[in-house]
Amino acid sequence: MSEAKTDLVDVQIDGVWYQFPKGMRMIEACRQAGVEVPHYCYHPKLTSPGNCRMCLVEMGMPPRPAPGAEAPAPDENGHLPISWIPRPVIACANTIGPNMGIRTTGPLTEECRKGVMELLLANHPLDCPICDQAGECSLQEFSVEHGKGESRFREQKVKKPKNVDVGPRVRLDDERCIMCSRCIRFTDEIADDPVLGFTDRGSHTVLTVYPGRELANNYSLNTVDICPVGALTSNDFRFQMRVWFMRETNTIDTNCATGCNITVFARENKIYRITPRQNNDVNSDWMPDSHRLNFHWIESEARLTEPLVKDGDHHRIAGWHEAIATAGDKLSALDGSEIAVIASARMTNEELLMVKRLVKHLKVGHVDTVARVGEADGYLISADRNPNTNGVKLVLGLDDPGSQIEAIKLGIEQGRIKAVIALQENLVDDAGFSAELLGKLDFLLSTYPLANATADASDVVLPGACWAEKSGTMINATGRLQRLNKVVDAPGETLESWEIIRDLVQVTGGGNGIYAVSDLFKQLAAEVSEFKGLTWGQIGDLGLPLIETGVTIPALDREKQRIASGLIVG
Amino acid sequence: MSLAVPSDLEKEIDDRITHYPVSKRSAVLPVLHLLQHHFGYLSEDAVEWTAAKLELEPIKVLEVVTFYPGFRQEAPGKYHIRVCRTLSCAMAGSYELMDSLCEKTGIDRSGVTHHHPIAVSADGKFSIEFAECLASCGFGPVCMVNDDFHEAVTDIDGLLSQYSK
Repeated sequence: MSEAKTDLVDVQIDGVWYQFPKGMRMIEACRQAGVEVPHYCYHPKLTSPGNCRMCLVEMGMPPRPAPGAEAPAPDENGHLPISWIPRPVIACANTIGPNMGIRTTGPLTEECRKGVMELLLANHPLDCPICDQAGECSLQEFSVEHGKGESRFREQKVKKPKNVDVGPRVRLDDERCIMCSRCIRFTDEIADDPVLGFTDRGSHTVLTVYPGRELANNYSLNTVDICPVGALTSNDFRFQMRVWFMRETNTIDTNCATGCNITVFARENKIYRITPRQNNDVNSDWMPDSHRLNFHWIESEARLTEPLVKDGDHHRIAGWHEAIATAGDKLSALDGSEIAVIASARMTNEELLMVKRLVKHLKVGHVDTVARVGEADGYLISADRNPNTNGVKLVLGLDDPGSQIEAIKLGIEQGRIKAVIALQENLVDDAGFSAELLGKLDFLLSTYPLANATADASDVVLPGACWAEKSGTMINATGRLQRLNKVVDAPGETLESWEIIRDLVQVTGGGNGIYAVSDLFKQLAAEVSEFKGLTWGQIGDLGLPLIETGVTIPALDREKQRIASGLIVG
Repeated sequence: MSLAVPSDLEKEIDDRITHYPVSKRSAVLPVLHLLQHHFGYLSEDAVEWTAAKLELEPIKVLEVVTFYPGFRQEAPGKYHIRVCRTLSCAMAGSYELMDSLCEKTGIDRSGVTHHHPIAVSADGKFSIEFAECLASCGFGPVCMVNDDFHEAVTDIDGLLSQYSK
């Protein structure tokens, strides 16, 4: 018998026996047994104060015989009879023991839940119709399941502050707050910015930001996610859309190499909200505000929606056929050594595979991507602000992405490089190419979602889809292969980069039609050894470790320590 | 942050903190009591001074200050009167006592709320607030003036004359 096995204890949950590790919290044992225990204050990533009392359950242990009396006999499975304790216990902070019984149904628990709900609702405003949380509110849900359906409270409700600015991105309605303290614990334990607390404890308890301070850290919006009610709301999302109207898409964040797992909420092709999606190997339950809110540009007026071809000093709208043909003519007339391809570490592995095909087909002499380096924040933000640098290394085969940019600039300066294909990169603003330098080129092709100085200088401008408009895979800083999923349709005539590159390959005489991004993944699996044998489905919503990079994510390292020290469940 | 804590008071506070070897946080109540006793109330500066002293976040100290009605966040008068309003005293006339005291000291209590329980006379000499049970239920109405305890208060002029300076 293995050592871990000996630590298991038998627990009876709602009449069925299970085995769980000794010391596990009752609420987790119930969750793993598929039994829901309603709760507000408990969160597996935070400490358990046990203050909401919603998770009260009935508990029992084997009876202890009186001195001299005979001990109860175990049944044929070795289980002792359970004698039930006549008062409830909280499941979130108590741990399981051998032969313990837990009852989550029955008159005692039902009465407890009814009572707790009635007290929580006594002072709660009846403003669900204008509350952003409606539809994803624990208070609403548990009220339906466990509440009384009506209030016996006939007195004046306590008046508390409403519409309080607690920080630049978060707003507080104190009347809706049920004092679960999740936000306080989050700012204390995870964000290391303890500015929140309860003051005037008693019937006037209010959540307060310390006077003169504000909830302004870059993780503040996570408090809105974990708030079980509508007390904390996001300034950005507030009153924008009812949650039940939106379609949820699981995908990944592309603002840095961490690749936080996210859920994108959209309706009728418009993105309204991004929230972190739990992945204990990437971002736990959190994500930075700066990444979460960086999606409004997708609807920018500067979006390019049609292929453009330069005609004299101006660009004119051209169809895809003409734009690609123009590019094909120019590129075919040049030698590969005169062409440079600058791809992007924001592209998916599938797109990068197509870049590799293009490079090979045109015998391109110079290939690189643009490096984006920022500061790591010690939580979830990586210093590498590109989401797929590891993909560039692995699929495109660049050892040191970004190192050839200066050589390419010099090549243009000296006239050795006559054409540049800039894929999903803004050479002028992000890679330090001057418009003057680009002017020396015979031919410049750029693909980017937005109009910019590089597009201005380009002979052919092709609208390429952004991260939310395409599917594919990326490899994060830790070497984890993750799936990017399409959320909305790209505007106008926009195409995904792999389609654009495929057309470029075809027009310059390379065959090989590819019609779906899934075909590209199959080719990756066949061609790149690290992908060998993988299928799209295998990657799943949580991704899988692909390569060893030795990189770890600081916020996760600390979470592991907290789990190891028993502070949190994890 | 600028709280002028005299050195002997700080010495006393430092000594009190040593009574709580496991966690400095446990010293928050005694430290606040000492500060309030000296300054008469707990200003924002006092909260921040305490937080710095005990290596806590200021919000953790503010939580404690706002929980106990015994801690004042606003400056009282030279003589601070606390009138018991719990059942026995209320029945023995503590509300009438409150009204008379206000009248004689010229205190206007119309601005008193849950969050601002103290009213101060215009000259700053007296201040007054209701308190819960002062533990002398057999001898109501009861009040305290600073640290002096007064039972069965009927002679209000006599009471106030003790604090005429």
